[in-house]
Amino acid sequence: MNGVHDMGGMQDMGPIQEEKNEPVFHHPWEGLVFAMYRATGAWRKWNLDAARYAREMIPPAEYLSMSYYEKWYAGLVDLLTARGLVTRAEIESGIPAKGSSKATPPLTVSQLLESVAKGTPAKRSVSVAPRFQSGQRVRARNINPVGHTRLPRYARGKLGTIDRDYGAFVFPDSNAHFLGENPQHVYAVRFAARELWGDQAKLQDTVYLSMWDNYLEPA
Amino acid sequence: MKSTRRDFLTTAATAAGAAAASNLAGAENHEHGHEHSHQVVPSDMALRVKSLESLLVEKGLVERAALDALIDTYEHKVGPRNGARVVARAWFDPAYKELLLTDADKAIAELGYGGTQGEHMVVVENTPAVHNMVVCTLCSCYPWPVLGLPPVWYKSAPYRSRSVIDPRGVLREFGLELPEDVEVRVWDSTAEVRYLVLPQRPAGTETLNEDALAALVTRDSMIGVTKVPDVPQGGTA
Repeated sequence: MNGVHDMGGMQDMGPIQEEKNEPVFHHPWEGLVFAMYRATGAWRKWNLDAARYAREMIPPAEYLSMSYYEKWYAGLVDLLTARGLVTRAEIESGIPAKGSSKATPPLTVSQLLESVAKGTPAKRSVSVAPRFQSGQRVRARNINPVGHTRLPRYARGKLGTIDRDYGAFVFPDSNAHFLGENPQHVYAVRFAARELWGDQAKLQDTVYLSMWDNYLEPA
Repeated sequence: MKSTRRDFLTTAATAAGAAAASNLAGAENHEHGHEHSHQVVPSDMALRVKSLESLLVEKGLVERAALDALIDTYEHKVGPRNGARVVARAWFDPAYKELLLTDADKAIAELGYGGTQGEHMVVVENTPAVHNMVVCTLCSCYPWPVLGLPPVWYKSAPYRSRSVIDPRGVLREFGLELPEDVEVRVWDSTAEVRYLVLPQRPAGTETLNEDALAALVTRDSMIGVTKVPDVPQGGTA
């Protein structure tokens, strides 16, 4: 979706504001939102791509005015209700619906911490052939899907060079919509800054993007 | 359905504004240095989140102990000191550096780090000729196991938008002016690969041991928005 989350290359967003000795969470509720998102993820009712898409669906004006963890909260509520773990009425009342049975979390506390320590790899050992080789010239496709994509607008239609092949990964454009993992090769693709931004960029500067096979065509 | 959600989000955003205002009021009170205890009114977001927490616990969807353990992990156990140890080892041990640049997952796991949002690591090396910096223009991708959760500026619109179009301007805001002939290489984290910058080892550190080297390494230098400053001759780290 050509949403406001796709920010690369926008201007006039203001100065970068560094905070000295920044805490990990600025309020206890931020830590809770973070933890609830991770803990409810153990139910496997959604995946990382779907969670990103939920945050991208926040209307643009609100997206820009909300803090980071407000967005996470909005995204979490969206996932919990859309995937049937809680109802909107329960969110509003804060109380389980009458007659609903009490569940048991799928992972114990230590299993949950183990899963965090182990991670959730998106790489897949499947024998899908890469369509491109290191050093090959490629063009990023000009696509404008209304669903989730990880191909930023600023790279679409631009010429680049395959730097390296990272192996086959879950494809977010389908996975975010529960339409399958569709694993395919991801490459580091090198773009000259001038190809992306014109003469105002320095001749030798470069931008590297990670791109799935489906985002690329031979040039 | 759509309008319901929009209303809900609008309410959340309005609540956020109110929360910010009440925080400012709170900060003002503290500046007066009053010793008396004053009632702190919880913000609307705090109430909403508490309400969601009790709902999820009541429904048996999460355990409170799990939430506490997760918060504790990211507040106290995972953070940029992990990344600093990786960098210091690479500066100290050429064989480790070689492994780090060719198989970062293996090298980082050797020091006991890894996991969520660091499953597929790539380390990029800064040299006198190439300066690497990392961004996620689409969201907030960041190598959690080695750097912890990202700072607010990394997730903010100014950094996400300008890093790719004006990296030198962004670096200048961090106080780093690079020579004209250096190549600036921006890594936009658009997939599940996470990047860690291996900063240049500063001058004046030849005699330092690994612990002393690690103490010099900053979070920002591993994102690639600053350098690790040189250590003055005769100075101590």
